[in-house]
Amino acid sequence: MMGFARINWFRYSSPQAFYPLAGRLMPWCAAAAMLLIGVGLYLGFFVAPTDFQQGQSYRIIFVHVPAAWMSMFLYVVMAIWAGLGLGLNARPSFMMAQAIAPTGALFTFLALVTGAMWGKPTWGAWWVWDARLTSELILLFLYGGVMLLRTSIDDSRRADRASAVFALVGVVNVPIIYFSVRWWNTLHQGASVSMTAAPKMAATMLTAMLVMTLGFWMYSLAVTLARMRCVILERERQASWEANPSQQDALEVR
Amino acid sequence: MNQFGMFAALRDIIRRDLLLALRRRSDVLTTVLFFILVGSLFPLGVGPEPAVLRTIAPGVLWVAALLSCLLSLGRLFTADYADGVLEQMLLIPQPLSLLVIGKVMAHWLISGLPVVLLSPLLGLQFGLTGEALGVLTLSLLLGTPTLSFIGAIGAALTLGVRGSSVLIALLVLPLFIPVLIFGAGAVSSSASGIGAGAHLSLLGAGLLLAFALAPWATATSLRIALE
Repeated sequence: MMGFARINWFRYSSPQAFYPLAGRLMPWCAAAAMLLIGVGLYLGFFVAPTDFQQGQSYRIIFVHVPAAWMSMFLYVVMAIWAGLGLGLNARPSFMMAQAIAPTGALFTFLALVTGAMWGKPTWGAWWVWDARLTSELILLFLYGGVMLLRTSIDDSRRADRASAVFALVGVVNVPIIYFSVRWWNTLHQGASVSMTAAPKMAATMLTAMLVMTLGFWMYSLAVTLARMRCVILERERQASWEANPSQQDALEVR
Repeated sequence: MNQFGMFAALRDIIRRDLLLALRRRSDVLTTVLFFILVGSLFPLGVGPEPAVLRTIAPGVLWVAALLSCLLSLGRLFTADYADGVLEQMLLIPQPLSLLVIGKVMAHWLISGLPVVLLSPLLGLQFGLTGEALGVLTLSLLLGTPTLSFIGAIGAALTLGVRGSSVLIALLVLPLFIPVLIFGAGAVSSSASGIGAGAHLSLLGAGLLLAFALAPWATATSLRIALE
């Protein structure tokens, strides 16, 4: 514990120090993600019992629900990094926000597609204009807006800050998605899992869903760290340490 | 800074923008004509069936109002940005968010208010009657200032960016969606006899929220664009 406290965590707020740390953490996160997603899919597809109303088609929720959770969670995390960047004027925070955005957009897309695949057999339609579906679609547009705004501004400092402001403005959408099923009495079913009430599903289903969520979380970490390394390499290409990043890795290991 | 100074600054900014718009009337007319044109495209495209038109009227008129607001957003800051006035404005002793409020109010008076005033006429053409017409006007009166406030953020973020006119649409339209839902919902629910109270209250709440937060976000974005 003492050794843990002695590490100066602020050291890693410099891209130069973060680059090798990200490189060392990434394989572990990737391995944990593969393991957890593998176990989660096995539990969800083979162990969990068949639903008495929906039959086999309900099994898509083991991908759908964790993806939807991650899409909202990653947006909030991205907005927090963006806000930290604006507040502390810290470049690595903006890089973090930049690295998270594509993964968040991916999970939003995944949640929408798996939702459509589930909606066809259950509701009889690929898409309905229900409050939760619409607000999740808006989330996809917001991710797109954040990424587009960044790429269309050439000056990287302005691009960082402008897309951070937009990310923060868009964060009002996240509570709307989360509470949409409660505020509007919609077709999309309410939450089956909550912190306060006993879950309305079998224990194996819940376990599978939580394991999948952890797996997606680890995947997001791994991909974000990998992308973060690319962003650092791209932006710091003038810096002297960058001349030989592999040497930097070697130094850190020693 | 005393209170009089703040209000005087706000008044001067609004008066300046209105004067500029008055000298260049074509800008105002473009927005209004666009609203009427988009509105009258739908009966031609969908067909003149009165029952169908009455059903789609709230959504169509709201989308037309939203697009005409979007059309005029590009002009909110670009002229001042191009001739350097905006940089001078950053230096005035009053808070920048006050300036933003003034410019947004002027923008609404120029492009939002004419749309609100014309909407009963278009509503009549779509076969809306009595209460629904009143609710349509009221919902636009509450909703279009919110559109101007939200749009100002997008206008400030895309200031001087290449392809900004398309980019502003992509940034701002998702944020417009809640206003559209509640605005069109108010008219539909009043037409179907449920009463528009809930939707109008939500529109009012949206306006207050936008009034409280959007000027601040716009001021931050302007500083980012001009630093």
